[in-house]
Amino acid sequence: MTTKLVGAPVARSEDPRLLRGEGRYVDDLGQDAYEVAVVRSPHAHARIERIDLDAALEVDGLISIYIFEDLPQRLQEPLPLLIPHPAISHGRTQYVLANGEVNHVGEAIALVVAEDRYAAEDAVERILVEYEPLPAVVGPELARDAEHAVHDDIPSNVAAHLEQTIGDAPSAIADAPHRLSFRLDIERSASTPMETRGTYARWDADDQRLRLYSSTQAPTSVRAAVAAYLELDLAQVECIAPDIGGGFGVKIMHPWPEEILVPWVAKVLGHDVKFTEDRREHFVSANHERSQVQWIEVGFDDDGRILGLDVEFVHDHGAYIPYGLIVPIITSTQLIGPYKLENYRVTFDSVYTNTTPVTPYRGAGRPQGCFAMERTIDRVAAHLGKDRTEVRAVNFLQPEELPYDFGLMFQDGRAYRYDSGDFPGSLAALKELVDWDGFAQRRAAAQAEGRLLGIGMAAYVEGTGVGPYEGGHVLVEPNGTVQVSTGLSTQGQGHQTSFAQIAADELGVDVADVKVVTGDTRRFPYAVGTFASRAAVMSGNAIHLAARKVREKALRIASEALEVDAQDLELAEGQVRVKGSPDTAIDLNVVATMSNPLRYAFDEAARIATQFAQPGDPDAPPVADDDAPGLEATDYYSPTQSTFANGMHAVEVEVDPDTSDITVQRYAVVHDCGTLLNPTIVKGQVLGGVAQGVGGALYERMAYDEHGQLQNASFMDFLMPYATEVPSVDIDHLETPSPLNPLGIKGAGEAGVIPGSAAIAAAIEDATGITIDAMPITPSQLHDRRLAAASSTS
Amino acid sequence: MTATHGTTTRTAAAHERVEVTLTVNGTPRTASVAPRRLLSDFLRHDLEMTGTHVGCEHGVCGACTVLLDGAPIRSCLTFAISVDGRELTTVEGLAADDGTLHPVQQAFRDHHGLQCGFCTPGFVMSACGFLAENPDPDEDQIREGMAGNLCRCTGYAGILDAVKQAAGAFAGSATHPCEQHRVDADATDGHDREA
Ligand code: FES
Ligand code: FES
Repeated sequence: MTTKLVGAPVARSEDPRLLRGEGRYVDDLGQDAYEVAVVRSPHAHARIERIDLDAALEVDGLISIYIFEDLPQRLQEPLPLLIPHPAISHGRTQYVLANGEVNHVGEAIALVVAEDRYAAEDAVERILVEYEPLPAVVGPELARDAEHAVHDDIPSNVAAHLEQTIGDAPSAIADAPHRLSFRLDIERSASTPMETRGTYARWDADDQRLRLYSSTQAPTSVRAAVAAYLELDLAQVECIAPDIGGGFGVKIMHPWPEEILVPWVAKVLGHDVKFTEDRREHFVSANHERSQVQWIEVGFDDDGRILGLDVEFVHDHGAYIPYGLIVPIITSTQLIGPYKLENYRVTFDSVYTNTTPVTPYRGAGRPQGCFAMERTIDRVAAHLGKDRTEVRAVNFLQPEELPYDFGLMFQDGRAYRYDSGDFPGSLAALKELVDWDGFAQRRAAAQAEGRLLGIGMAAYVEGTGVGPYEGGHVLVEPNGTVQVSTGLSTQGQGHQTSFAQIAADELGVDVADVKVVTGDTRRFPYAVGTFASRAAVMSGNAIHLAARKVREKALRIASEALEVDAQDLELAEGQVRVKGSPDTAIDLNVVATMSNPLRYAFDEAARIATQFAQPGDPDAPPVADDDAPGLEATDYYSPTQSTFANGMHAVEVEVDPDTSDITVQRYAVVHDCGTLLNPTIVKGQVLGGVAQGVGGALYERMAYDEHGQLQNASFMDFLMPYATEVPSVDIDHLETPSPLNPLGIKGAGEAGVIPGSAAIAAAIEDATGITIDAMPITPSQLHDRRLAAASSTS
Repeated sequence: MTATHGTTTRTAAAHERVEVTLTVNGTPRTASVAPRRLLSDFLRHDLEMTGTHVGCEHGVCGACTVLLDGAPIRSCLTFAISVDGRELTTVEGLAADDGTLHPVQQAFRDHHGLQCGFCTPGFVMSACGFLAENPDPDEDQIREGMAGNLCRCTGYAGILDAVKQAAGAFAGSATHPCEQHRVDADATDGHDREA
C-alpha cells in the first residue's frame, strides 16, 4: 500500500531549481525588452502645473515618454475600486498616470520607455515637472480633524463609516462592576517582499495576442483588468505569474498603474516592454498597511469576564481606497479572537491621507485587532490582580460551543462563524511549552542578577480560506505524468509540492510524477487569488476533488478492462490493481491511453486505443453522452464560509535596565490550522510570520514626516530583521480538523505574524511595569517612557 | 499644461564602452560594457545569468552576493569594469554539471532554508564565502555570519540549520566551499536533477 503523502514532510520539489539559480522571476525574462522608468511625485500633495519633456528627449536610448494626456480615453479612467462595499460613501482611486494632481509621494506622473533602465532613468531625471504644493494630510488623526482635505470634494477625508454590533455594548458596559477605557495605536509597516513588483508584456502582432508576466498574487484578475482597459477580448490576453519572490499581501493589489501601462505600451510600440520596480519605488509606490488609532471601552466582572466591549477606530487607508474596507472589516471582526463576546460594538472611519495607499499586508488588520483585544485582556487582568492566562480562560468560547455564530458579517460578506477549535487546549499547550507557571521563578532569579525579564502572551483566531472559490484541473497523460493546475499563484508557499501530495494520494502515484502549475491563465483561467491564507484550503480542496473524479474515472475504465468490480480495485504504485492480488493490474498510463478513443496510432502505446484494436459495444458511442475523452477532470471548491484557524504565542523578553534594549529570549507558538498538508511547509510559514511579527513589533515602521515624506525609504533605514534579530521559536501544532472541507485543513499563511506586537508589548510591560499602548516600540522610546515614569514616582 | 506628447526619438546610442575580460564560474568571458554598468546588471542582463538577484541595489539585502576571487561581494555595489581580469563565482557555478546540488545547496534543501527562493542565491553564496573563511563555526558565529543577508520568508531558522549542516558536510568532502561541486564517479545518480 502506498503511504499517505498528505501530512508527510515531503521535501519541496521547487527547491533544486531555485537553489541552482534557475528560478524564473519576472526580471529574469524579457532580456530584449524595452525597459520603463516612472516619474514619481516628490510631493505628498500638489497640483501639477507644467510638465516639460524637452531635455529628456535628447537622451540616448530613449524610445518614448507618456503623460496622462497621451493616454487613450479608456486609460484616462481611474483604476477600479476592486472591492465595492455599500458603506463606502466616498471612494477614490488613482489614475494610471496623475491627472493634474498628486496625492502621495511616489504617485506615477510620466512613463518613460527606453532601451534599458539606465537610459530610462536618465530621461526621468531630465523631465521637469512644476508643482503647486498643497497642504499634506498625514496620519489618521489629522485626517479626521479635516483641517485640510486630501481630495477637494471630500472635505471630511472620510471614505466610509461602518458599525457592527452584537447585543448592547454601551448598556452592558454601563452596568458592569468594572470599567476601563484607553487608546491603542499601531503604526504603518509594509510587506516588503525581497522581489519588488515587476511586469513584462509581449504583444504578438501576428496572433493579435498579449502575453503578460506579472509578479502578482492574482493573475486571473490582472488578465481581466488588462483586457478591459486595453479593450481586448479575454481570449487575446494571457497572464502568467512566474516564480515570485514573496508577496505577503502587497502583490494582491492590482492592477497597478504599470500593470496596465506596460502591456499598453508593448502593443503600441509592437515591442516587448518590461517594468522592474526598484527598492525605493517599492517603498513609496507599492502599498503599505497597519496604521490604526483605536479607542477601547470595556466592562467586566470580578472574574475578568468581559460583559461589554466598545471599540472605535480610525483606519488610515492612504491616498486612495482601491481595496475597499477589507482591512478595517477584518480588524473589526477578528479582534474578537477566541473569546465569547455577547455585547460588542465596533465602529470605524476609513480616512484619506496623503500617503501611499493601504491594502492588506500579511495579517491584514488582524495584528491591530489582536493588539486591541489582547491588550484589553491584560488591562483587565492587571486591574483585578489576576493571572493573565486565567482571565483569558474565563472568556474563552468552549470547544462544545463551536460552531459559533457571532451574528457579524465577515470580510467575504458571509457569516462570522467559527467552525472548530479548542482554545483551552491551545492555552494549556502554550503554558506548558513556554513554562508559564515557572516564569515567576525565572524572573526572581534574573532579578537577583539585576536583570529585567517579562513574559506576555496573545491569542488569535484567523478566518482563512475565504471564498468565493478556487478550481483544480488534474490530468493523467498517456506517459504517466500527472499534470495538475490551479489558477492562483505561488509566492514561496511550496504549492508545487503540497498540491502534488494531494493529487498523488488520490491517484496512487509517486509524488515525483505529479507536475503542478499555478498562476498561469493558459492552464487554468478561473481563480480568485492567493491571499487570506486561502491557497491550501481553496486550491488544495479543489485539486483533491478533481483528483477524486479522475480516480473514479480510472476505476471505471480499469473495471471494464479487467472485468473486475470497481469496488475491488485500488490505485497504488502507478497502477489500478485488484485489492489483495496486485498482480492483476493495469498501469495508470495505459488507462489514460484507453480513456481517449483514437483513430490514429501515433505511437506504439496508442495502438490499444484505436478503433480496430478496441471495437467495443457496436450500439454505444465510443464516448458516452455523459463522458469525455481523456483521463482528466476539473472541479471547484466553493465554501459557504471561511474556516477559522487559531493559535497563541508567548514571549519572554529581557530589557536592559540601563539602555532599555529589548531582547526576545523565548518565543513559543501553539498553532492549530486543522489537518497539516506538509508539516515542514507549515512550520516554515509560521516561522516566517513570527519573524515579520517581531520586525513589526520592534523594528519596522514607515516613518512619515509631517509633510508626507517617507524618511526611511530604504533597507538602510527601514529595519527589516536579519538573522541576528529573529529569536529561535518553539512550535507546537494542534490539529483540529475543519469540518467544512474534505481535507479538514485551515489556512496557515498569515497566523505567525498576527499576535507578535500584542505578545511582545505584554512582555515588555511585564518586564518594566510601563503600560505599552503603542507599537512598534524602540529601545529609546521605551527608555524615555521609563525615565518619565521614574521621575513621576520619585 | 504644456508637454510633448508620446514623443518617439531615437538617437544613435553613443555610449562609451569598455572591454572587460573575466572568468565566470571557470569560463573566460569578454564583453564591452558601459562604465556605469553594475556588476549585477552585467551578470543578469549581459551574460543572462539571472541566478544572481537584486533586492535593493543599495548594498543591504545581500541578494546580489557573488564571490570575487573566492570572497563574497555585493554585485550591486560593484561596477562591472572594476572586476576586469578577476574570477567570479555565481550561484550557477556551484552544482555539478549533472545538476547534483553543492553541499550548501543541498543543506538549504534539507532544512527548508528557502521559500520563495529570491534571497536564496545570495544566502548560498554568502554561506560559501563564510564557510571558506570559518570552516568550523559555532551557532553564534553562523548567526552573525549570515546576518548580512535579508530574507523576508523563512525567519532564518532553516537557513541557520542549513549552514550548520553544510559546515559539517565540508569536513568530509572534497569540495571547497567556494568551488563547483564535483560528483564522484561512483555517485552520479543525479537524483536532484529536476525540471
Ligand atoms: S541588491 Fe545588492 S545588496 Fe541588495
Ligand atoms: S526565501 Fe523568500 S526572501 Fe528568502
